[in-house]
Amino acid sequence: MSTELQPTDIPVVENVMQPSKASYLSKVRSFFEEVTLITKFSFRFVKEVFRPRYEFNELIKQSYLIGYRSFPLIAITGFIMGLVLTIQSRPTLAQFGAESWLPAMVSVSIVREMGPVITALIFAGKVGSGIGAELASMKVTEQIDAMEVSGNNPFKYIVVTRILASTLMLPALVILSDAISIYGSFVGVNIKGDVSFHLFFLQVFQALSFSDIFPAVIKTFFFGFTVGLIGCFFGYNSSNGTEGVGKAANSSVVFASLSIFIIDMIAVQVTSFFL
Amino acid sequence: MDTAIVTIDGLRKSFLNKEVLKGIKLSVAKGENLVIFGKSGSGKSVLIKCLVGLIEPDEGKIMLFEKNIEGLNEEELNIVRKKIGFLFQSAALYDSMTVRENLQFPLRDLKKTPPAEIEALVKEVLKNVGLEEAIDKMPSDLSGGMRKRVGLARTLILKPELILYDEPTTGLDPITSKEISHLILDVQKKYNTASIIITHDVECARITANRMLIIKDGTIAAEGTFTELSESKDEWVSSFFK
Repeated sequence: MSTELQPTDIPVVENVMQPSKASYLSKVRSFFEEVTLITKFSFRFVKEVFRPRYEFNELIKQSYLIGYRSFPLIAITGFIMGLVLTIQSRPTLAQFGAESWLPAMVSVSIVREMGPVITALIFAGKVGSGIGAELASMKVTEQIDAMEVSGNNPFKYIVVTRILASTLMLPALVILSDAISIYGSFVGVNIKGDVSFHLFFLQVFQALSFSDIFPAVIKTFFFGFTVGLIGCFFGYNSSNGTEGVGKAANSSVVFASLSIFIIDMIAVQVTSFFL
Repeated sequence: MDTAIVTIDGLRKSFLNKEVLKGIKLSVAKGENLVIFGKSGSGKSVLIKCLVGLIEPDEGKIMLFEKNIEGLNEEELNIVRKKIGFLFQSAALYDSMTVRENLQFPLRDLKKTPPAEIEALVKEVLKNVGLEEAIDKMPSDLSGGMRKRVGLARTLILKPELILYDEPTTGLDPITSKEISHLILDVQKKYNTASIIITHDVECARITANRMLIIKDGTIAAEGTFTELSESKDEWVSSFFK
């Protein structure tokens, strides 16, 4: 019997390839469908946010839960970020005899990039997944339907307040995280040196300018909005029962993290164009 | 019975290629308890969700309190919804709120009502369902039967003219099921509400029904009082009561 490849084997190979190509295309299509739905969801947010009734009490409650409750985690990671960045940068700067530039270099890195992005990623992990899971479980247990049939607007009460709270709270958390990171850097500098608090912060503020701080803070509003929006979108539109709860939490973190990097990339381009 | 407060005519609804409701026609009079009976998946829950606008029907006319809900905008629909109470299968209590806050939630639009009056209203409805002591508890601290009672209290707080019960006794033990069924009857008498009760619990139907419908494959297969249907010669209808 011949062991050579027969011509009839070729269509089999094609059949194996065809479904994977189709599934690839369907994944791309479903990605763009999801992006379209998120855009529609954000338009609905814009429409609802200006329409009375305004849910101030719920906004304050969500700001407390989203902002204040995230502070310990943000503070710890911020301190470690500043400390580690300083310890890691010192040997390289020492090779060039530029150790005295350490406070300036670390503070500019933290304020411009590391602080906003890392804080936003931690925020996406904690708050984005929390919002996604909470809203999905409300959907599964018919709590959102219950609000709707009682004549209340669940979108305004649940979604608008959470998106607004995360938009407003992330910039505040980033500013606090930056300050704690710079303090962490001060501790890092003093592990192998002796720099006074006054001198360290004098160097930090001499290095930082308005063009470092302002664009970095502005982009955090967009980060916060995106984390809230994506968490609410996946939670509010979840399906498939309890399985959907896990999926909503997971998708919220993945999409929000990816969006943070995309927004950051755009923000850097826009900033470099104007400044 | 009085004039009809709910009239449904030719209601159809499909999900993907499966037609769940195939031209349902029914009416409910003021103060009447209508029990809708049927196997799981026969379209009972879809029917009442269409009624309050949670699911949009494909075809058909739904009149609530003499208003066709099809042409209503969100605000107009919400005004109609305020006259309707909905007890969900899972009770759908808001997990992050206490029982008091759950009951106060539907009253948020009554801004001019003094807090003391709202508190009195909350206590009154809780007393009517026999759960005054649970006012400061969280939903997670309540048993299944207690959750159903609180859910019922939340629907009663707006003094609705129509209450929709979606499987009110599902997941409860026979004694608690009986208590909930009697509570439904008490609510009907005390508040003079009309009710649509979706169930497949024969005992619940026996206690609560003024009239019954049996749904089969998206259509109304039988209609009558509990006694008429339970004594039916039709093998399929009588199989529900065995």
